Amino acid sequence: MAGTGKAHMRPDGDRVLVVDDLTVEFNLGKNKVVKAVSGVSFDLVRGETLAIVGESGCGKSTLGKAVLQLPKPTSGSVNFLSKELTTMGKSELRDMRPAMQMIFQDPVSSLDPRQPVSAVLAEPLQVWNKGTQVEIDAKIDELLTAVNLDPAVVRDRRSYEFSGGQCQRISIARALALDPTMIICDEPVSALDVSVQAQILNLLQDMKDRYGLSLIFISHDLAVVKTISTRVMVMYLGKVCEVATPDELYTNTKHHYTKALVGSVPIPDPDRPISGNLIQGEPPSPMNPPSGCRFRTRCPQASEKCAQEEPQLREVSLGHFVACHHPAE
Amino acid sequence: MSPLLKLEDLSVSFATPRGNLRAVKNVSIELQKGESLGVVGESGSGKTVLSRATMGLLPSTATRTGKIIYKDQDISQLPRNEVRDLWGTGMAMIFQDPMTALNPVRRIGTQLTESLTVRLGMSKKDARAKAIELMKRVRIPDPEGMLKKFPYQLSGGMRQRIMIAIAVSCSPEMLFADEPTTALDVTVQAQVLELLTELRKEFNMGMILVTHDLGVVAGHTDKIAVMYAGDVVEYAPTRQLFNNMKMPYTEALLKSIPRLETPTGTRLPVVEGRLPDPTKNEPGCSFANRCPYATDKCRTETPPLTDGGNQHFYRCWFPIGGGK
Repeated sequence: MAGTGKAHMRPDGDRVLVVDDLTVEFNLGKNKVVKAVSGVSFDLVRGETLAIVGESGCGKSTLGKAVLQLPKPTSGSVNFLSKELTTMGKSELRDMRPAMQMIFQDPVSSLDPRQPVSAVLAEPLQVWNKGTQVEIDAKIDELLTAVNLDPAVVRDRRSYEFSGGQCQRISIARALALDPTMIICDEPVSALDVSVQAQILNLLQDMKDRYGLSLIFISHDLAVVKTISTRVMVMYLGKVCEVATPDELYTNTKHHYTKALVGSVPIPDPDRPISGNLIQGEPPSPMNPPSGCRFRTRCPQASEKCAQEEPQLREVSLGHFVACHHPAE
Repeated sequence: MSPLLKLEDLSVSFATPRGNLRAVKNVSIELQKGESLGVVGESGSGKTVLSRATMGLLPSTATRTGKIIYKDQDISQLPRNEVRDLWGTGMAMIFQDPMTALNPVRRIGTQLTESLTVRLGMSKKDARAKAIELMKRVRIPDPEGMLKKFPYQLSGGMRQRIMIAIAVSCSPEMLFADEPTTALDVTVQAQVLELLTELRKEFNMGMILVTHDLGVVAGHTDKIAVMYAGDVVEYAPTRQLFNNMKMPYTEALLKSIPRLETPTGTRLPVVEGRLPDPTKNEPGCSFANRCPYATDKCRTETPPLTDGGNQHFYRCWFPIGGGK
């Protein structure tokens, strides 16, 4: 699995983001290089929620950050709102930032513990001169109300006074403050309880509809992205394995790695046998990835061909792309 | 057969500046040898405090009442050094965050052999051999090389396997696993849960699996206690619980789990609101302010733990599907 290719790109769509052949490498010294993301291409159509799914270390977070040029990718292009970000200077890039926001995994540590909520939300508005103090105050109240927090109660509190779910609501409000076009959500619900997780997923969906956002949703859990995404991209060790709509991906799984991810989702039903479809072990080191298909060392269907030739993404049915020499029937 | 562990009216409260915080309220549960009990609830429901209280790992601000009967002996009144003698060989615990539970400046080998030399009096050489055997058992590749590594060099899944190896190193009879997979990826979570179930059967251990996810306990436990605001609100054998759910809270928890079968675009049913303030002791059902079925009776009278037959207990005036 884990191949390259651009068959899944949609040049005819109204695309807010086009990422082409993006590579991110980290130099560890002593001639050691970690290839966190290797030649990944994808695009994001306006109003879409693209889920990027994979295990720890597959490069999904690095990819999300590289899109925002945090840090700049090693090579490849990132085209956001028809502007090339990778070649931009600092001040130009800064001007783009309000339109592209990020929500982080750990809601508590992503808020400044010394600032009250009102200051956390006021900061981006003041930096970008979005009106007088009165207008900013009104905007803060509007944002807090939008994420279902009571402004009168929460305005003057600090992050440690809130639960994880409430902190994540504040992070979402902060990301919305500058009316962004795109928000990258990096595992926004992984640190939350299931009951709170559902609240935050619903909230993200509401905010997307209300503000006309395009979302990139990074997660390790296929079940979490199922309800809210419109397209899912599965990654393994810095490469793309499979791209499809969520319904298609679960009912007609083609990639053996996606199958393993599907089989790993815990099912709240004691009568359903635990899936025997699990992959063992952990991904190999990205410093020295396997030749050919990167998943072959853990793949039940791996053959000679997989070691020699890297699979390319190809369309197996309408809108369903897979990079595998031996896709499942 | 007398149970391996029996809690009778166990309560834990903490002295806080805002008043007395009741974290666990009169919990009674029991566990047989080789059996697995899931303790499920949201953050703040008291599930972690319950398992720590049982093992005697509470901070000094805590007050504990009730009985903890372990192998026919009430250990709640034992002096600390005698409780300590039970740790490792009698009861062991796996913590949620393997990074903070392991000592970052000591090698894996040292941490893994410590309990073997201290508790079982093994020689260093024997302990090393046993450590390698344990690591093979929890499927760690290259166990010899692992002895020399530090925790930061391992992935989350590997660290959790080391934690499990340490916990089972002295063949405990009772294993507490406190959210053992919450910090892990789903693929690794599945592997770790499988491993825990295997080890439990192999060593015939009793296990208490603490989690917020009903999906995690469904396939890996014999019975389940659902906790809410310090109370056990539903307590039943796993199949019975899933097939014949009585508590609206348990139902709400189950419905909020995202599933692969859910069509895209569906809104997940949500339990709005939050847990009640644990320092206030208000009458009525603690779930009443979030319960879709709540009536005036629920808000004023506290429901007792009701025996619904088939070892199924619940704490609700209007259980789903009616009473017994």
